[in-house]
Amino acid sequence: MNQLIYLDNAATTKTAPEVVDAMLPFFTENYGNPSSIYSLAGTSKEAIDHAREQIASVIGANPKEIYFTGGGSEADNWALKATYELLQNKGNHIITTKIEHHAILHTCEYLEKYRGARITYLDVDENGVVKLEELEKAITPQTILISVMFANNEIGTIQPIKEIGQIAKEHGIYFHTDAVQAFGQIPINVDEYHIDMLSSSAHKINGPKGIGFLYIRKGVKIRSFIHGGAQERKRRAGTENVPGIVGYGAAAERAARTLDERAKAETLLRDYLIQRITKEIPYCRLNGDPVKRLPNNVNISFQFIEGESLLIFLDGAGICASSGSACTSGSLDPSHVLLAIGLPHEIAHGSLRLTLSEETTKEELDYVVEKLKEIVARLRSMSPLYEDFVKKNANS
Amino acid sequence: MYSEKVIDHFQNPRNVGKIENPSGVGTVGNAKCGDIMRIYLDIDENQIIRDCKFKTFGCGAAIATSSMATELVKGKNIQEALQVTNKAVMEALDGLPPVKVHCSLLAEEAIHAALWDYAEKHGIKIEGLEKPKSDIHEGEEEEEEDY
Repeated sequence: MNQLIYLDNAATTKTAPEVVDAMLPFFTENYGNPSSIYSLAGTSKEAIDHAREQIASVIGANPKEIYFTGGGSEADNWALKATYELLQNKGNHIITTKIEHHAILHTCEYLEKYRGARITYLDVDENGVVKLEELEKAITPQTILISVMFANNEIGTIQPIKEIGQIAKEHGIYFHTDAVQAFGQIPINVDEYHIDMLSSSAHKINGPKGIGFLYIRKGVKIRSFIHGGAQERKRRAGTENVPGIVGYGAAAERAARTLDERAKAETLLRDYLIQRITKEIPYCRLNGDPVKRLPNNVNISFQFIEGESLLIFLDGAGICASSGSACTSGSLDPSHVLLAIGLPHEIAHGSLRLTLSEETTKEELDYVVEKLKEIVARLRSMSPLYEDFVKKNANS
Repeated sequence: MYSEKVIDHFQNPRNVGKIENPSGVGTVGNAKCGDIMRIYLDIDENQIIRDCKFKTFGCGAAIATSSMATELVKGKNIQEALQVTNKAVMEALDGLPPVKVHCSLLAEEAIHAALWDYAEKHGIKIEGLEKPKSDIHEGEEEEEEDY
């Protein structure tokens, strides 16, 4: 195969041609500022309204509850910081989990360090699922917010969001979910799941980069995070990223339209890949829940080898993937998610994440498995850990 | 992010493997931090390094620095081998990204550990050689402050 095999769709996706087509006129002829009065501006304004409707319908929200942001991280920051600011007189306690994205974890650390918040980071089980009884136990009269991600970006585990939303509702606590990996990939309904705030990002669903939204349920009165003009119903200032918003609308509409079919096809390929790797390569394990799992996520740890070297060899074979190894993060610690599900450091260092797209084929996956077998064997032949393991087995 | 030489030594590492009954062997690093290097030395009666092999668990830079370090010490006498510093390894590889400098320190440490083992086995003292540290990550620069 001389074509690139892209299996890093949890990092970002290829912008779909129909999304690009929808966006292009808003760079060229329809460049008007939506806040202006003339008809050129009206075209931009209408396009934004349309995109807002397209997105709201995917999660069963009212279009007025969708606020565009500069991406998922901004939406997460806004939800957490503004909720804390709004309710800090009521209480200073926020409950989240150990496996959140850094946009949540580092925001929590900031609130803890500089703003006097108290944060509970819930443990997860060995598959990465939040334990509901621990969530119940963590709630205090000071608890003002529960923030649990919808689906994990590394190991793909889907959380019991409906149950968590129910618990939050019963206790009168706001519930935020980082749905960056879930939006457009699995069905979401904000009313059914009792979600008060939800973050999402366009580039994970074949939309453009640099555009996201925060869903804020009507009645949740968190304040503006970016001050300035009156855009986004005075809650998020700044001239709208019109092409981005239009692209997001088109991508959301497309994702919802293809969701069932895509999820079915990707789940089959996902399980095929998991089965082949775990059967044909010794000393490896699947990370994350085998069933409650994003349709496109495969995460496997290979013993005795290190993830970054695996990635470079895969890159050499034309395969794009990612790893939870420390070397890809610039720190010495491997992925906090893999440590939270109980993996020892050395196993976490040897993890590989492959995330499929609707374009992924069985032939590509067969090629990937063959290459993986070669590369893993080669790296093990170079590994002192493997040498020690073989020696120990021979002696016992 | 890597130089061509690093990539070459990573993709075609020199001197991978082990030496049976080596004159000296040193293993440094730890699995927790994600890199372990083991260097085997075969040293003749004139204290010349006849052969050198390595095994490494680690990232691309860790494998490339191990490979280059074995190339640099091969054929040298033990005093010369002691002069193969992490800087020499880095220069020979046309540099390393800042976050990977510790890999070159690990390579230097692995050579020293193997020489130390050789000296201990043969009851000799190598001038200028100190007992290797167990964890080379100690005392590295602190992280940038968060804002």
